[in-house]
This record gives sequence, C-alpha cells and structure tokens, in this order.
Amino acid sequence: MISRRSFCKKAMIAAGGIMIPLAALEVFNPQRLAAEKDGTGKVRWVFLVDIHKCVGCGFCVKACKTENEVPYEANVTRTWVERYVVTKTGKTHIDSPKGARDGFTSQKIDQAHHGLLEVKEEEIAKAFFVPKLCNQCENPACVQVCPVGATYQAADGVVLIDRSWCIGCGYCVMGCPYGVRFFHPVYHVAEKCNFCYHRLAKGMKSACVDACPFGARKIGNIRDPEDPVTKIITTEQVNVLKEEFGTKPQVFYIGLSREVK
Amino acid sequence: MKNHVWRPLFLVVAIVAGILFTRTLLVPSDFGVYERGYMYGWHRKSNEDDWKKIRVKYKTSSGCPECHKDKYDDIKASPHAIISCENCHGPAYDHPNDPQGLHIDRSRELCIRCHAYLPYKNNVRGNIPGIDPQNHYPQAQCIMCHYPHNPVKPNLKYKKTEVKP
Repeated sequence: MISRRSFCKKAMIAAGGIMIPLAALEVFNPQRLAAEKDGTGKVRWVFLVDIHKCVGCGFCVKACKTENEVPYEANVTRTWVERYVVTKTGKTHIDSPKGARDGFTSQKIDQAHHGLLEVKEEEIAKAFFVPKLCNQCENPACVQVCPVGATYQAADGVVLIDRSWCIGCGYCVMGCPYGVRFFHPVYHVAEKCNFCYHRLAKGMKSACVDACPFGARKIGNIRDPEDPVTKIITTEQVNVLKEEFGTKPQVFYIGLSREVK
Repeated sequence: MKNHVWRPLFLVVAIVAGILFTRTLLVPSDFGVYERGYMYGWHRKSNEDDWKKIRVKYKTSSGCPECHKDKYDDIKASPHAIISCENCHGPAYDHPNDPQGLHIDRSRELCIRCHAYLPYKNNVRGNIPGIDPQNHYPQAQCIMCHYPHNPVKPNLKYKKTEVKP
C-alpha cells in the first residue's frame, strides 16, 4: 500500500522528469554549437535584377536550361521571365509562355487555356519584363518544411537540394512563396535555381548573368563591400518580392512595379 | 517482475535497437548540422561538392578571340557587341577539343527574340529596331540580308524605306 507522502513524492519526480526538454538530454555536439554561433562567412551570394534593362529576349532561360540540364522541351525551368502589360483602364495582363524560353515575339498575351489575348497598342499604358529565379532566402520556407533534410542552405546562402536524399514529397514545392520549385522530369526530385553553384565554385558568374546581353541580371557577394552589386544594393533604391512573407529574399530588383506579384 | 512483463519489454528493446542500427547503416556519415544552423543547415555535406562538380557548359566569350579575333573585333565594333558569342553559337563546352565545331543557331526565332517589334514605348524593347515576324520576309532567314556580327553595315546598304515592314 502506497502512502500519501510517497505518492506525492513520486508524482513530483515524474512531473519534473517530464518537464526536462528532450534537447537537454542530447549529447554535447560541438558541430551544432559551431553552427549556431553567429560566425558568418566571407561570402553571401545575392542577385540583382534591373527591370528597366530587361527586354524579354529569354536568352537567360535558354542558357539556364542547357547549363543546368533541365530538359529543353519540358515546360519547367529554373528561371523564367514574366511580361506585364498594364492597360490604360488599369488592367494588368501577365504571361510567360514556356517561361520565355524563346523570348516574347508576339504582342498577344498567352492566357493558357483561355487562348491568346490581343491588347491594342493604344490601350497599353506601360509594359515591362520581370525575370524571376530562386530568391535564396535568408529564412527559406522550403528548407523548413523538408521532412528529411534533403534541401538545405549552404554557408554562402545558396539553398541546395540533395538529389539522392529527396523523397519527392513536394512539401518544398508547395512551401515556396515564389513558386520557383518544380519536379525534375529526369531525376523525379525537387529542382530549383541554385545560382549555378558549379559556376560560382569556379569563380564564374551564373549562366543567365553571362547570357544577358543587356546587363539586367547581376550576381554579387553582399559581404564584400567593394562588390559592384553590393554597392548598388546598399546605396540605391532596390526592392524584393513578397517581403510580407518574412523569408528575407536575396534577389533584389531595381524598378519593381506594384503590379508584380 | 514476471516473465510476461520481460518478454514484450525485450521485444521492444530489440526493435528499437534494430531501428537504430539500420539508421546508422542508411544515414551517411557526413549527414549533420552545418553552418546555417539547426533550422536550415541539416544536410549531407558531400552534396555541396556533388553540385560543384557539375560540368560548366557556357564558358563566356573570353576565350573566343584567341582564334576568332576577326569575328570578335567585328562584333565588338557593332551594336551587337553586348551579345555573348555563346548566345548564337551555343555553349562552348571544351571547344575546340570537345566539341571541335559548334552548332550555330541561324534561325529567325533567335533574332526575333529581340527584333520582333513590341509597342512598349516605356520599355527598352519598344526602342530596339523591330519587325513584324509574320510580314517581314517570313520565308527568309534574317542572315540572308543582315550580317549578324555587324547589323549596321547592311542597314546602310538597304535604306529603311526599301525594306518592307
């Protein structure tokens, strides 16, 4: 027969034991302590897009698909260009046929299954092209939702995907507010822009940056104060996409208009 | 404690041990938390090198003038100077060793990426010399009249009024 005193004592010990967080029981892990220190590296890749300069030629998309071995005919791409045509009545028409792989060669707006829309020249108030790519967010939502640790952020800020570890659940595809992720038609795992990581490793620039004739795309290291891209981002008016999501995107835009989603 | 308590307990311990053992076999040894911390840094470290090892296809125009100085000088003295050689000639890979020759894209589709006229006056595109691809010699390749390395030269030959819109 258990006494009242002994019952209370044991109950207190049990309750106390439950309250110890699981983390406190973890074996000391120097790797983790090093990781969580605020020691930031010398390199943090960022991207700069100048919307004023883009003409919608789509050379960036063409180069990207070849460079990163994304099947050319498949209607998926790591980077794409959107066309915004704003009419004088305030309507905004947006299209990106095949991700602008072949550029914009027609005035007609591609409305997918709704057909092509002809916007008359005199109705157009303004039109512009917006290149899109992975924002390599400082708080990447896609990484948080990965249940297996297949997608991660490298020390230089680039978010990568481990093709051998991805289980293809698609949480990251849904989690990305910018819609940059898709399934690779060959490997059947999540795929997205990684700023051409293999080119950065060799001291080169991303393929889209080298392919852009108009200098609308630039890549730089925000931790290097002498980097021309850093100078522009820190001294000029730049904006980011969907700031309200709190993901801290690292692709900066010059000339971003409120119509851009 | 009695046997009926110990037996299932042993079973549970064996299952847990089994799971932990298979886990050590399946999870790569370099899988762990790296620079970006507990929230974003979980990964297999060697995957970073897997990505770095991917072959570079586009080598930029920097190596081209070594052999093709005449063509390079031509285009650099023209309004097309801003266009990378590889945009039309294709990715260099390890040219001239592999491949020895490059596939040149001479199609109309390539030229009209910029030169299909779009009436966007506020945009740079609206101010690039442009044509209507449906009506401007649709059966011909652009290069039959226009020298791609220097489009200004033939334009001087054919006055604007002579070229049908």
